[in-house]
Amino acid sequence: MNAHRTLFTAGRVLAQLRADHRTIALMLVVPCVLVGLLAWIFNDTPVFDGIGAALLGVFPFVVMFIVTSVATLRERTSGTLERLLTTPMGKGDFMLGYALAFGVMAVLQALIATGFAVYVCGLDVAGPLWQLVAVAVLDALLGTALGLLASGFARTEFQAVQFMPAFVLPQFLLCGLLVARDRLPDVLHWVSDVLPLSYAVDAMKSVTTSASPGADVAGDAAVIGLWVLVALVLGSLTLRRRTA
Amino acid sequence: MMKNVIEIANLRVVRGGREVLPDLTVSVPAGQVVGLLGPSGSGKSTLIRAVVGVQVVESGEVTVLGEPAGSPSLRRRIGYVTQSPSVYDDLSVRANVRYFANILGAPASATDEAIEAVDLTSHADSLVGRLSGGQRSRVSLAAALVGDPELLVLDEPTVGLDPVLRRDLWELFNRLAAQGRSLLVSSHVMDEASRCDRLLLLREGQILADDTLPALLVRTETDDAEHAFLSLIDRAEEAAR
Repeated sequence: MNAHRTLFTAGRVLAQLRADHRTIALMLVVPCVLVGLLAWIFNDTPVFDGIGAALLGVFPFVVMFIVTSVATLRERTSGTLERLLTTPMGKGDFMLGYALAFGVMAVLQALIATGFAVYVCGLDVAGPLWQLVAVAVLDALLGTALGLLASGFARTEFQAVQFMPAFVLPQFLLCGLLVARDRLPDVLHWVSDVLPLSYAVDAMKSVTTSASPGADVAGDAAVIGLWVLVALVLGSLTLRRRTA
Repeated sequence: MMKNVIEIANLRVVRGGREVLPDLTVSVPAGQVVGLLGPSGSGKSTLIRAVVGVQVVESGEVTVLGEPAGSPSLRRRIGYVTQSPSVYDDLSVRANVRYFANILGAPASATDEAIEAVDLTSHADSLVGRLSGGQRSRVSLAAALVGDPELLVLDEPTVGLDPVLRRDLWELFNRLAAQGRSLLVSSHVMDEASRCDRLLLLREGQILADDTLPALLVRTETDDAEHAFLSLIDRAEEAAR
């Protein structure tokens, strides 16, 4: 692993994104539109305060998952990945470079979406706002890491996009947004205890409901961080220098 | 200086259930432009992939610059250009070449020199996706040249280029060899044989000839590479009968 190659790769990925104004706009605007829509649907009810923050954690996860899995698949099909792996580029440099670049995008996305939810849609947050942003960024990183992993199993763009419902929707159903996790059937509860998005939603809920959620959020964040690490390591194992 | 930059012994490669290279033994001398010629489907790309160490091989030995192909220490010493240009369409020519320069640890001046070498200086700030096919393959070549490798392995680098550019690129290859670098260049265009110091003729995974062009013409009593190739195929089939 080499910090220079990681940073050059992150810089290159960001330069590619910069050339694609529409993708940047979609990454930054779509979460705001969805949050706004949700606030509007549940106008004059307490529902938005209950789930708004949790969704702030889910959007960056979903968006980054899709963007990352397609970006890495492009890298595989265009031959650039094969070429990079004949150079001194380490697999870890490659994975971390991507995680870093999309992490930067995640910070932007989280700041904008959180600001929009709180200041425009009037989301009530009892805890410190920066923790909301921090968890959103961590969720985006989780999306990036799982997207990198998923793209290792996709041969075509069609498959890559299909992995979104396969990887993401089960987590969404079980993360406690639709039914509180402790009211799920036992087996599903255990499954939800393992899935990372559950911890993202738990953390977001703690920040909105408690004035000093620090310890709870830190515990949840640690689990998400562990998942990010595991997904990055597993993802780098799917990068093969030799192929048939 | 070592005598052979590539030594291949009993290489067997199977791709998609088909034996692409059944049992190939060949070597590539240092400091020369060696042309790997053969029709498409003859196994050129597979052989090249085995040399750069990205091909899963069934058996056999591939030694490159004195080390087993694919060794980590070789990654800085070999420049590999894939058949379809492997560069980023959404970056400029310069951004592409600079990225590979950075990954390879090349000095800052190397980027512009490599772009100059493939005659793309006037397009340095254009997005690669907006360039023609031939220009894109030259960007891909520049990204390999920028690391100043000892051995360049190029898979059909001149395909689809106009005659002037093809001549310029072959002059560049000959110049690089004159500076002491070694090149293995594949092509399915037989008239490019005259540009090579030495030829490997490949057909159906077998080496039909490993010789210089003049020696090959004398041996087959023909006057160009195309006819020499046909004559060798006829002889091989007669021998098999």
